[in-house]
Amino acid sequence: MARVTQLEINGTRRHLDADSDRTLLSVLRDDLALTGTKYGCGEGQCAACTVLVDGMPTKSCITKVGAVAGKPIVTIEGLAPQSPAGGLHPVQEAFLEADAMQCGWCTPGMILGAVGLLTRSPNPTDAEIVTGMNGHICRCGTYPRIARAIHIAAQKSTKPGAHA
Amino acid sequence: MTRREFFAIVGGGIVVILIPDDSDAQESGGGARRGMNQRMPEQVNAWLHIAEDGSITVYTGKVEVGQNARTSLTQAAAEELHAPVASIRLVMGDTALTPFDMGTFGSMTTPNMWPQIRKASAAAREMLIDLASQRWMVGRAAIAVADGKVSAGQRSTGFGDLTHGEKLVRTIPAGAALTPASEWKVAGHSVQKVNGREIVTGAHPYAYDVHRPGMLYAKVLYPPSFGAKLASLDTSETEAIPGVKVVRRKISGEREAGSDLVGVLAADPATAEKALAALKAEWTPLNGHPSSKDVFDYFRQTAPESVSPRLDLASYTVAYIAHVPLEPRGAVAEWSEDGKLMVWTGSQRPFGVRSELATEFGIPEDSVHVIVPDTGSGYGGKHQGDAAVEAAVLAKAAGKPVKRNWTREEEMTWAYFRPGGLIEAGGKVNPDGALAAWEFHNYNSGPSALQTPYRVAEKHEQFHRSKSPLRQGSYRGLAATANHFVRESVMDDLAHSVSMDPLEFRLKNLDNERLRNVLTAAAERFGWAHRKRAPGRGFGLAAGVEKGGYIATCAEISVANGAVKVVRVVEAFECGAIVNPEHLANQVEGAVAMGIGGALFEHVDFAGGKVITNRLARYRVPRFADMPVIESVLLDRKDIPSAGAGETPIVGVAPAIANAIFDATGQRLRSLPLVANGLPALSASSALA
Repeated sequence: MARVTQLEINGTRRHLDADSDRTLLSVLRDDLALTGTKYGCGEGQCAACTVLVDGMPTKSCITKVGAVAGKPIVTIEGLAPQSPAGGLHPVQEAFLEADAMQCGWCTPGMILGAVGLLTRSPNPTDAEIVTGMNGHICRCGTYPRIARAIHIAAQKSTKPGAHA
Repeated sequence: MTRREFFAIVGGGIVVILIPDDSDAQESGGGARRGMNQRMPEQVNAWLHIAEDGSITVYTGKVEVGQNARTSLTQAAAEELHAPVASIRLVMGDTALTPFDMGTFGSMTTPNMWPQIRKASAAAREMLIDLASQRWMVGRAAIAVADGKVSAGQRSTGFGDLTHGEKLVRTIPAGAALTPASEWKVAGHSVQKVNGREIVTGAHPYAYDVHRPGMLYAKVLYPPSFGAKLASLDTSETEAIPGVKVVRRKISGEREAGSDLVGVLAADPATAEKALAALKAEWTPLNGHPSSKDVFDYFRQTAPESVSPRLDLASYTVAYIAHVPLEPRGAVAEWSEDGKLMVWTGSQRPFGVRSELATEFGIPEDSVHVIVPDTGSGYGGKHQGDAAVEAAVLAKAAGKPVKRNWTREEEMTWAYFRPGGLIEAGGKVNPDGALAAWEFHNYNSGPSALQTPYRVAEKHEQFHRSKSPLRQGSYRGLAATANHFVRESVMDDLAHSVSMDPLEFRLKNLDNERLRNVLTAAAERFGWAHRKRAPGRGFGLAAGVEKGGYIATCAEISVANGAVKVVRVVEAFECGAIVNPEHLANQVEGAVAMGIGGALFEHVDFAGGKVITNRLARYRVPRFADMPVIESVLLDRKDIPSAGAGETPIVGVAPAIANAIFDATGQRLRSLPLVANGLPALSASSALA
């Protein structure tokens, strides 16, 4: 059976030994202890498991690990710049500023989905946010605040000198 | 536990123990200097420790499930201790470290625990003043506590400097004095979620994320339908898989799946899944299980008494709905060599789960340690310890730590549901619009908010405890949503029957000042008086009171091609003095968002003992596209003690939307969800009429 023995995760090469048919979600959580990526449904309906693969939001619960070998993967643990100062990514900052969470289970996937949306559309309209984020479920219902956070992050990123 | 043992755990410093008002408070004050071998009091609500390094830790059995109790309780301590929010740490929901607590439900954290932590913190501040007064030999009046420092004139020091070398315990009764809301500096303000950074970086370990060395992954065999009994089980194929263990045990706890727990264990989750699939089980089904289509007749048939209505009653139905906490139930269990059990699980009742586990294994509660990390929501759905019991039974059999995380399908089948209900209600109104008589019967969905807040001379209200074919339990607001839906729909019909404006009609029949205030506030922000009627547009309102919170909701909807879209919701809420305005607004908005699901489309379909809506692909929950503009109007009553806010803001959503649909279409929809399959056929034409 085909095996995956290394993955490019958060700028680091990680060694492992996993059946290539396993889900990326399970490999992240169970083999690599990257539990910031959440299970919500296992069928691609809630997007709590979203990570970035080649910069694109990807539902890790319906992605086989064999399909992402060799591609750069970013999980929530690797989103913030790796600096001793411990800064956050503008989208993470914006989620805090807008209080765009309650229980927080959907938040990592929500943030990575928002990063993907802002890459495609740096200053999205409300309608673009709804279309771009509709695959994500927040059962606590903080949707309007998440939309506000995305607007805040868009403003932060378009200011001169903003985080790249 | 003796004081000596207690300090061995927490280290030196000072401890304030808050005991209930009704227990023996003889130790007050003088208790501080008593012997170290004295036992700690049995009945304790909360305790607070200021360590020798000045770190402040508050211990409470409440849990954080997204309602931001961790933040509000931190604010409580910061307010009375006069210390920065960042200097305070809360230990929550840990049965070995925190005092017993019934559980986090019923919107009780704010009215009960919040003032208690304030009292403990106020007492700790006074102890610091005592210590400074003794050390500096100055009168207490000359000493001030601010921003985490104690000072007198030029002298100033941190809390740790004063508590260093001390081992003081003060036991205080719950009835101590507090800073009035009008003088709050930290409480009443929008402090950010205290562990928000751990959430946005993915660093917070939820129960679902816990990992223990040598841990095995478990899968559990569930029947194909409710009540089915295991007739035969062939485990040979499963046991042939290397590294797999099959466990079959009788268990005693409440368990729909039957009394035998059959689990498989493997070193990784993929192997555990294969092991489960390889089990060959035969089942004897339970016949005659009602379906979601005939359950409402079943409620009436199984009610203990038959009703002879006094008035003309209309029949309403409310579907079962699922909590869908985004973190499903899960637990990790680990037994120590001396027979002690440690369990990490997401629950609203850590001590209830401890009790379930102690009963299951016949061991003392002291031998069970339950830890509840901040949890991926509950909404009333996480009261039981099912996953914890499964993990603990399997871990005991395996002799290794075991992780038992439920899948979404298991969560949506084997958890419990918000009860369905049949409600029959009606009223009589005088030509001048005064409510003259009222009758209300609720079958199965529950008695909360059963009683009308409106003035009426003659009324009859009754809850009928029917049988439920599904396992049912608590839910955000529970039956208050069903009862408000029906009451406020009937009130709307009564208003129209005397050609009165729905707002005017409610105000005419309402004495309660707090309820009148939220109604007026919501209507004013919404622009109720100036609403512009147009084809395909509808406006509705609803009001109510539950768990000390007063709510009024105004909704605007649009109807096009039989589809209903909620366009705008204005909700006014008053629950006494506001603890954290931003977090309160977040709760109100979230309740509106969640309420839209139950109002418009959420329902559990079941037939033949199976849940058909057992996955998110089959059970629709609100998404971004379902969101209206949501505006909250928060009334701050600094003169009234704070009540909880996690539940009540949901109760007005369904009736406000139902009344708006009536306004737009002339159709009185009497079932929740209102439009699971779009509006009934005649709607399109009447909407355009």
